[in-house]
Amino acid sequence: MKTTRSTVKPVHKPIFANGDDIQIPVFTQLKPDGTVYADAGPSSLDQATARRIYRAMLYTRVLDERMLAAQRQGRLSFYMQCTGEEAAVIGSTAALDDADMIMAQYREQGALAYRGFTTDEFMDQLFGNERDTAHGRQMPIHYGSRDLYYLTISSPLATQIPQATGYAYGQKLAGKGNCTLTIFGEGAASEGDFHAALNMASVHKVPVIFLCRNNGYAISTPVAEQFAGDGIAARAFGYRMQSIRVDGNDILAMYEATREARRLAVEHNEPVLIEAMTYRLAAHSSSDDPSGYRSKKEEEAWHKKDPLRRMQRWLIDRGWWNEDEERELTESLRREVLETMKQAEKRRPPALGTLVSDVYAETPPLLREQFEALEAHIRRHPETYPRSAPWLDDDSATEGWA
Amino acid sequence: MSRMNLLQAVNNALDTAMAADERVLCFGEDVGIFGGVFRATSHLQEKYGRARCFNTPLVEQGIIGFANGLAAQGSVPVAEIQFADYIYPAFDQLVNETAKFRYRSGNLFDVGGLTVRAPYGGGIAGGHYHSQSPEAYFAHTPGLTVVVPRNPHQAKGLLLASIRSPDPVIFFEPKRLYRASVGEVPDEDYELPLRQAEVIKEGNDITLLAWGAQMEVIEQAAEMAEKEGVSCELIDLRTIVPWDIEIVVQSVLKTGRLIVSHEAPLTGGFASEIAATIQSRCFLYLESPIERVTGLDTPFPLTLEKEYMPGPLKVLDAIHRTMGF
Repeated sequence: MKTTRSTVKPVHKPIFANGDDIQIPVFTQLKPDGTVYADAGPSSLDQATARRIYRAMLYTRVLDERMLAAQRQGRLSFYMQCTGEEAAVIGSTAALDDADMIMAQYREQGALAYRGFTTDEFMDQLFGNERDTAHGRQMPIHYGSRDLYYLTISSPLATQIPQATGYAYGQKLAGKGNCTLTIFGEGAASEGDFHAALNMASVHKVPVIFLCRNNGYAISTPVAEQFAGDGIAARAFGYRMQSIRVDGNDILAMYEATREARRLAVEHNEPVLIEAMTYRLAAHSSSDDPSGYRSKKEEEAWHKKDPLRRMQRWLIDRGWWNEDEERELTESLRREVLETMKQAEKRRPPALGTLVSDVYAETPPLLREQFEALEAHIRRHPETYPRSAPWLDDDSATEGWA
Repeated sequence: MSRMNLLQAVNNALDTAMAADERVLCFGEDVGIFGGVFRATSHLQEKYGRARCFNTPLVEQGIIGFANGLAAQGSVPVAEIQFADYIYPAFDQLVNETAKFRYRSGNLFDVGGLTVRAPYGGGIAGGHYHSQSPEAYFAHTPGLTVVVPRNPHQAKGLLLASIRSPDPVIFFEPKRLYRASVGEVPDEDYELPLRQAEVIKEGNDITLLAWGAQMEVIEQAAEMAEKEGVSCELIDLRTIVPWDIEIVVQSVLKTGRLIVSHEAPLTGGFASEIAATIQSRCFLYLESPIERVTGLDTPFPLTLEKEYMPGPLKVLDAIHRTMGF
């Protein structure tokens, strides 16, 4: 009898194991009040990176507040906030090379903000207008950027996780020293795709980092009804994978843990699982009302651990940030987001031809026929199609066709 | 030219693709040193190394998820699903991911490099789970290309074209013909066109349309019908989607009669789509109703497999009905 580790040792009485004897601690360096634990040691975060991180965190907070408000005003169909989870997302992103791939779930706009996705790009996607690179085909928040190595978001949960394993396998063969970071929630980790991905990554020694944002709830389902084991981190052991649990609201810990995970992945082809313990301070989405499944008291307790406040205190203590800067940046970001939004919502819808382009590299004849029939139909009933009818003659309808 | 069976032609195509492009990778369950349960990947690991031809854990959704990621990265994965009957755990990855990768990203990302190979079809006493023909499920998903070859020459040329296609392809291999179908196959690298059906025999009275292993069946039926004086035109669809409507329309405008035959069940089978399209395009030219000769609307059986299968005599009966309408 062999496992991959060693010959299995025989015993002569039935001994069961459930893993309860393994305790996984939480790695943390920054206290909830933003001061550093005495034995934490110096952080490897330099001033420029720290400021870039904090700017992205603040940007994400401002963006989320403004866009949720826009949704409430009926200007936007749907929105999802990153609020409360900015450190988990941006701290891990900052520890990567900017050419490392990110395959996220849907609540990770902070990663894009850190890498320099512009406000125009955010807004054009959110409003699905003619400048949206995906031509208004997906719901708001399904961003993607080839230049920023950020895979376009897909709604089905966990599908990106085995894709990350495959992408990273290709990176390993390419030999350029890059890795892939895939981010998902603790609910998505129940999907078969999660288990498939971890097992394949371990078997094939792939440079991939699996980052679980354990924010306590999958929409309304609490973790106690999601899994019985010791969180997500413990699952790595079944796949003989490196694993760490991190305070997800602690920017220093998230940065250090991911930096080390990246080293293991890139230098040793060891995949790593990171479980970031965090909390979704906002609703699941603009369609959700958390008062139906969690208490104000619980929310307030987590507001006290807000990752932005913790990082702000740390930066100010080091003399790397001050309140004037904070006020000025916040105001200028609010202005930028609002002004850009006003522009984006006025832009034209995508050209009608984009309805049928990109299904295949070359649009098949049958689909071209369907498009021509649609175009003729819209011409007969322009009043029914106010979004596309006014632009029919303006657009080269077949512009998107290869 | 070499004499090969269909399995050897598939193996030769994979070898050719891997030799020509180091980005081509072959993987799946038992695909490594063992060469696959049918031996389609024999000797590829020896030749190209474990990094490019390897076993995966037994998890179809993982294999296709992994393959999607590899293709997005720029590699050219050829993933094997051991039997088409076991492709369903990967249905989400294929339908929601593979098919929509390019569209949903506005062409920022695509998985055009991906080819999924899977043996399909009955006739090997495989029962429910080693016999299915699932092409219609995938034909209903815009973004996927589904290809089925009928013989060794076609298999090599179509598989090479699939691997190099800018779109992801599901390549269903007729496993009943793996060793039964033998023919001359060019040794060199060649491709046969996707999205193009082929008229393999011209005739005037009736058009018989099929693909893959069913081609042999309609050929046998045609031979019997010819002896009775019925001139049959035979078309191999080859690419199920996007399908070659024009070649079928041209044939039916000439013959006025059409029979479509496949092993998969009748209801919702791809023959239904063909029949609907052809009746709308050739309505005034039709001499008789379009017939579908298919499997029954049952799970794939075992002991009574012959009764289930749309064999040559069932096709011949349909020819009689159609001609006598």
